[in-house]
Amino acid sequence: MRPGHKGHEMATLETPPSAPAPESKAKPGIVDAIKKIFAGEDPNPERVIARRRRFVMAGVLGFLGVNFLMFLRFFFPRALYEPKTKFLIGYPSDFGFGVDTKFQNAHRIWVVRNTEGIFVISAICTHLGCTPDWKPSENKFKCPCHGSGYDPEGVNFEGPAPRPMDRAHVEVTPEGQIEVDLSHVYRWPKGERSEFNDPGAIIHV
Amino acid sequence: MAEGNGKNGSSGNGATGNGADAGGNGAKKSPVATIVEGAKAVQVQATEEIKALKQLDKTDVWKSVLRVKHDETPRSRALGVLSNVFLHLHPAKINRDAVAYNYTWGMGGMTFYVYITLVFTGTLLMFYYHPSKVVAFRDILYLEHDVPFGKLLRNMHRWGAHLMVIMVELHMFRVFLTGSYKKPREFNWVVGVLLLVLTLLLSFTGYLLPDDQLGFWAVTVGTNMARATPLLGHDGPFGHQLGMTPFNDVRFGLLGGSIVDSNALLRAYIWHCVAIPIIASAFMVVHFWRVRKDGGISGPAPVQLETEMKEPRKI
Repeated sequence: MRPGHKGHEMATLETPPSAPAPESKAKPGIVDAIKKIFAGEDPNPERVIARRRRFVMAGVLGFLGVNFLMFLRFFFPRALYEPKTKFLIGYPSDFGFGVDTKFQNAHRIWVVRNTEGIFVISAICTHLGCTPDWKPSENKFKCPCHGSGYDPEGVNFEGPAPRPMDRAHVEVTPEGQIEVDLSHVYRWPKGERSEFNDPGAIIHV
Repeated sequence: MAEGNGKNGSSGNGATGNGADAGGNGAKKSPVATIVEGAKAVQVQATEEIKALKQLDKTDVWKSVLRVKHDETPRSRALGVLSNVFLHLHPAKINRDAVAYNYTWGMGGMTFYVYITLVFTGTLLMFYYHPSKVVAFRDILYLEHDVPFGKLLRNMHRWGAHLMVIMVELHMFRVFLTGSYKKPREFNWVVGVLLLVLTLLLSFTGYLLPDDQLGFWAVTVGTNMARATPLLGHDGPFGHQLGMTPFNDVRFGLLGGSIVDSNALLRAYIWHCVAIPIIASAFMVVHFWRVRKDGGISGPAPVQLETEMKEPRKI
């Protein structure tokens, strides 16, 4: 930064290739290296001070940086106290044809039975995550937030929703009850393969 | 308290002065004469003090704590502004045309006023509000229907919040129309944009706090948009490739969970009541300071009317 400083740096950069290079080759000991570091040989005190200042600054910034990372990590808890994603909803014979909304409040799902079988729709609008309403008179799901409409099987046909609502994994336990796993969903993204016929997406009854 | 300090201060000064005199004369005069002289000096001092106390507003303490009438000189009037902690950010003199309401609309100042109102009413609401599920909404009902003046305060806070957003935007619009974002005010424009963002964040975090259907779904929608954040959201571009899931992305960090639940409510509360107001206040200080440093409110060159020239101000 200062003119004198720069000149000195230039000088040191030019000198090493001529004299000290062979010397260091002859004695590559670690003790010498440590001695060199701690000897304080640098004749220019300004450079020494600048180096120390940089060291302290790096220490302070490093400390603050690590603290910032800690602060960020703090926002991501390991254990969560959220509703269970795996639960029993009863026997297949409990559900008649059509849409059953009795688990909407408890588990945010609808159980649907059609000619193919029983499947469970996760009651989350695929647009921005509100819960659509089941409108029996219109035979459709209608989202109150932005007006997405879905048919009784949860397939979108109006509004901004980009894809049908996800379906939860279902299986019949050895006792014969239906177990729903909301952490494992089957999707049908626009223009991609439908996962709705995968094993576990529907119980054929 | 002011009286006592004034008395102590002045008597302290007097005593040292007299002490020095007495010491100087003591070498020539007899000890008795010295004592008599000292006593006289004390009497004179006391008389002066009593006289001074009759004119309280002339004491140093009075003048340093309370406002005094300044002399009718430009310098004195300038000092009246500069020596007051609440006014020192203001320029001592301003261009009359720059502060005309039809030029500034007064929106910046009024925004600040509304912000102060919001801080005050918000702090009062905090005395009744618990940021946890079930209780939060009950507290809102309690404030609305039972707490004396609770309805008034809550509505002042709510409408003030709406008003602040409108005013910030009008202020920005005015600054744009008058070209006040131009050199040398570019930096302050950027600070202003940050303040706009902080205002909107305050509005958004405050939205969830009543924990009613409106706020809950608004925050559901708002935070679902964060899923689509590039790199940091699990539904956004490159989010999946960077290993983002609903349990470690930016939305999770905002909500403290994968769903809008008690953690989300608590986080919104803390951002709303502590963190963002502190950040916004700091930026406001910079904003106001910068207005001053950039030469005050922008405006046309100062104009002196002919009528003013004829009759110069009293000096």
